[in-house]
Amino acid sequence: MYPSNLKYTKDHEWISIEGNEATIGITDFAQGQLGDIVFVELPAVGRQLAAGEAFGTVESVKAVSELFAPMSGEVTAVNAELGTHPELVNSKPHDAWMIKIRPSSPAEAGSLLDADAYTKLTK
Amino acid sequence: MVEFAGWDMPVEYSGITEEHMAVRTRAGLFDVSHMGQIELAGPDALKAVQWMTCNDASRLSVGQIQYSALTTPAATFVDDVLVYRMNADHFMLVVNAGNIMKDHEWIVAQSKKSGGDVSVVNASSRYALIAIQGPQAQAVLQTLTDIDLPAIKYYWFATGEVAGIRATVSRTGYTGEDGFEVFVPPAQAERAWDALLQAGKSVDIKPCGLGARDTLRLEASMRLCGSDMDEQVSVLEAGLGWIVGWKKTDFEGADVLRRQKAGELKRKLAPFEIKDRAIARHGYPVKKDGQQVGVVTSGTQTPFLKKSIGMAMVPVELATVGTPLEIEIRGRAVTAEVVPEPFYKRPGKA
Repeated sequence: MYPSNLKYTKDHEWISIEGNEATIGITDFAQGQLGDIVFVELPAVGRQLAAGEAFGTVESVKAVSELFAPMSGEVTAVNAELGTHPELVNSKPHDAWMIKIRPSSPAEAGSLLDADAYTKLTK
Repeated sequence: MVEFAGWDMPVEYSGITEEHMAVRTRAGLFDVSHMGQIELAGPDALKAVQWMTCNDASRLSVGQIQYSALTTPAATFVDDVLVYRMNADHFMLVVNAGNIMKDHEWIVAQSKKSGGDVSVVNASSRYALIAIQGPQAQAVLQTLTDIDLPAIKYYWFATGEVAGIRATVSRTGYTGEDGFEVFVPPAQAERAWDALLQAGKSVDIKPCGLGARDTLRLEASMRLCGSDMDEQVSVLEAGLGWIVGWKKTDFEGADVLRRQKAGELKRKLAPFEIKDRAIARHGYPVKKDGQQVGVVTSGTQTPFLKKSIGMAMVPVELATVGTPLEIEIRGRAVTAEVVPEPFYKRPGKA
């Protein structure tokens, strides 16, 4: 159920790396734990993120949770659609991306989980 | 599932929003068997209830219910309760799950203090409690019972059978919606639950968990004891002057309440709305000029009104409608405004 073309973190983010751009969202497991999502708070384009740094929050009816950068890099885009349709994170978690970054240390990708390892983590 | 006062309870079945909307538009079913029941009986039962609770139980007819509180000498909450008048000299108090043991001890001690002939029984294990709530609740429940449901007025109850099971049915609830709470013997609870779910299929009834129970009650401005008020908060501070029997001569905490009513009230629960895209949650500070002056006691984004709402305990001068409140949400100052309650009132209710 977890797409094999994505990488994952222990904090339940997914990351898709294509060339010098990485797209980041939260996993189906994460959205299921949070329940109905009502707000997604994202950083400004241009912000420099360090791997592991909190870059935003996702808030559901029952809880608020921080988002952590899977890799270091500069924020190049944020998904404005989530401002008006945060529920997309529930309905299509692996399509509803949150931010894109330009990784500054591509080697960090080596410590990300693949779909099998992430699936085991959520069992 | 979460542990709640010793019970394993679901936060949600199909999702808080879906469950919440089902109750507002059709019907929802809640297993609230965790609630406690403590009964007082005897020639002096009324006297005891009158002493230990703040509302005026003498105004209850047999078959009638009132919202009330078990008060401390400081007029604060031991617990908030529903008082059922089962008979002239027999009352049942429905109490919060987390407080059953504490309440029972308190009620026994207060009965001795009030004196006379009254016995107190913790009957919590004798009852399972299922709430069916929503505009279609009556239609669904009526298919399972001969009790004349339209004849049961708001905050009254009747006894009979539901799905062939001996039951007490009260027109009460914790959702702001029309509906009933059905007391059945625990051994038959599963059968009653299944029968209600089956009967509700025609209206797409949804089983509802603790999450929707909380968003529904808050949308209706109903207080949650332990969150909005506790043993540090008085009945008037909780904004519940309407449950005080001012004409009663004496009851636990009466002096304090009378002084607070006469002008000594320093702080009060204020319902607020946030226009910003943010949710204030329990414990977040309310500030004025950089100083903390209050605290958020409840807050959520309500699925039906689609508003960010909550309650905060603030100085009385900040509790009037229209007052801006500054709430600190994870380091950021967000402006809320005190609004009238309830946030939500069901259509057709006076």
